Amino acid sequence: MTTATTTYAGTRTRTPVGRRLGRGIGRRLLPGFTALAIGYLLIPIVVMILFSFNDYQGKFNFIWNGFTLKAWEAPLAWPGLPDALKLSLTIAALSTLFATLLGTMIGLALTRYQFRGRGLINGLIFLPMASPEIVLGASLLTLFINISLGAGITPPGLGFLPKTALSLGFTTILIAHIMFNISYVVVTVKARLSGFDRRLEEAAMDLGANEWTTFWKVTFPLIFPGILAAALLAFSLSIDDFVITNFVSGTSLTFPMWVYSVIRNALPAQINVIGSAIFLVAVGGVALATLIQGRAPRFSR
Amino acid sequence: MPILAATGRDRIARSEGGSGSGEEENPARVTDVAVRLVQLTKRFGGDTTGKRVATYVDGAKADDTFLAVDHIDLEVRDGEFFSLLGPSGCGKTTTLRMIGGFEQPTSGLIELKGEDVSWLPAYQRNVNTVFQNYALFPHLTVFENVAFGLRRRKVADADIKQRVGDMLELVELPGYERRKPGQLSGGQAQRVALARALVNKPAVLLLDEPLGALDLKLRKQMQVELKRIQQEVRITFIYVTHDQEEAMTMSDRIAVMNKGKYEQLGDPEVLYERPQTRFVAGFLGVSNLLRATPDGPVDGYAVYRLADATAVRVPQQLVQGESGPVAIGVRPEKIRLSEAKADVAPGLNRLAGVISDASYLGVSTQYIVSLAGGGSVTVYEQNVERATKSELWTAGESVQLTWVPEHSFVVADEGSASNAAQEDLS
Repeated sequence: MTTATTTYAGTRTRTPVGRRLGRGIGRRLLPGFTALAIGYLLIPIVVMILFSFNDYQGKFNFIWNGFTLKAWEAPLAWPGLPDALKLSLTIAALSTLFATLLGTMIGLALTRYQFRGRGLINGLIFLPMASPEIVLGASLLTLFINISLGAGITPPGLGFLPKTALSLGFTTILIAHIMFNISYVVVTVKARLSGFDRRLEEAAMDLGANEWTTFWKVTFPLIFPGILAAALLAFSLSIDDFVITNFVSGTSLTFPMWVYSVIRNALPAQINVIGSAIFLVAVGGVALATLIQGRAPRFSR
Repeated sequence: MPILAATGRDRIARSEGGSGSGEEENPARVTDVAVRLVQLTKRFGGDTTGKRVATYVDGAKADDTFLAVDHIDLEVRDGEFFSLLGPSGCGKTTTLRMIGGFEQPTSGLIELKGEDVSWLPAYQRNVNTVFQNYALFPHLTVFENVAFGLRRRKVADADIKQRVGDMLELVELPGYERRKPGQLSGGQAQRVALARALVNKPAVLLLDEPLGALDLKLRKQMQVELKRIQQEVRITFIYVTHDQEEAMTMSDRIAVMNKGKYEQLGDPEVLYERPQTRFVAGFLGVSNLLRATPDGPVDGYAVYRLADATAVRVPQQLVQGESGPVAIGVRPEKIRLSEAKADVAPGLNRLAGVISDASYLGVSTQYIVSLAGGGSVTVYEQNVERATKSELWTAGESVQLTWVPEHSFVVADEGSASNAAQEDLS
């Protein structure tokens, strides 16, 4: 009894001090650590934006030399840049559209229906995300060359295509981008659908809405934030892709490839300008998505 | 399944083409029956619903089948408050979902106002449902939730405004039009769900345990409310619940379901006073069931002998023709307690016992009495003649139990292994 009391008293005197000390460390250091971590994430972006305003000398925008708006006033003033940017934006828009459409439908099918091979497909969907891009790029190149040259294998069902249909360029880049985007869309849409209350759809049908109306009046508005997030992700993945695109683009140049090609001879501030612009659009998009997500109702009730 | 589905589509085409001519051919079909179920059956499993069997039945494998609803014949009258009452897994919700069109019958027919709707999709049936957790559309306002069905039928805007307003008035939520479902309390969401269904003036309203998520006090309040609304709108209600008190409070008639069938169908009083099966006797209220064997009729009474040879009399007309061992039932509040040696009026059934437990409940006192012949019974005594502690019976006192033979009922003793004479399933 006495021993217990002593121990208890001892603990009593020590614990609050230790706790107070811990709390003090936490209060002082946690904000510091947080700032460090966030800074670590943001410094590359800050440097990129900062150097888009650099009045650099020579060809390479590496050394800070004073503020100027020159590059922002003529953001496309490099040979090849407008075409590359246009190609990238077109590919990104189209691949986002198709990948979101297909991915949403796959996501719906995988969460809604019991069918043979569902588990297998669920697993296979992850493969393009998990495979190294260089593997995908190399294999796609091999595939496209085989189809376009009429040599070797032709995938079943594609024999009707004219042999020139898949010559490397716009079409092959688009096909590749849709391919790797679908996985990300499926995963994002499935996450949103997993909490979906099917009784809401039953309620809609009960109130006289057929399958079509039910989808557009109830299902779609409720999963829209998920679809929007998926589309934004797909767009940013597409506009950024270098490795796969480099394999399948033939003579076409997308923006990342153009950057890579000019960087040996010059590093114009326009690259920073375009990069900053894409970043600002992306931030705007994410902010918009967060706003919509935040206002999106929960599923219950 | 594909074959059935094809047949279903044919039927839809036919009924769309000539529901009017169908009535001319068969004028007798237009009756006061709101819903008729004919040999309605639902078997889960054997197809893609197999996984659900495993969730319904303990230890079931994915390829097992489960007979959720077993050849039910049922007629629900126009304008009545009808309840399907039973424990979970008895098939009541599946039955309701088949009427609503959310579950396809394995076999059998569903007629709505004389028209076969067995294969119509939910959105082509003139029924509406109040779902268990309300299923209000979270992205729409209360107004748009209630207006949803009317908009599907292209009702004019002015009309919609009028009818939604009236309906919110009926469920006592005027002024809530602009709220979102997330801003409503459970009871309010419940009322909106009710308004959303009723505004369409369905032939039948289906309610799937709609009060299950509410607390006790609110539930009692909503029971009264539901009954009032039903009497006001005069729409047939089919109400699914596992709460016997809830069913008794509101229903005109109740079907007590067990294992995919209903065991008894009738008014609440009949179900309570004259249960026909051991299950019904136990599910509705508290029953004392005494195992007995028949010992021939005397003066219009059937005489039964309990295990200790005590004779118990039951009016002959209450005996349903059971042969062999039966259980004699008597409700706890029908039994009178008196002192062991006291004189009792002739003609009453009489048992001897010892009080083993007494619980004062305010309005009444509940006694558990051990019978001389084994087993025990529950007795409720109103606290009128005896009300204070010194007057109440106490444990260990010897008593006589008496009741009027007419208050007995007889059910088949389904070989229950339990040797307790008293059964309390409620």
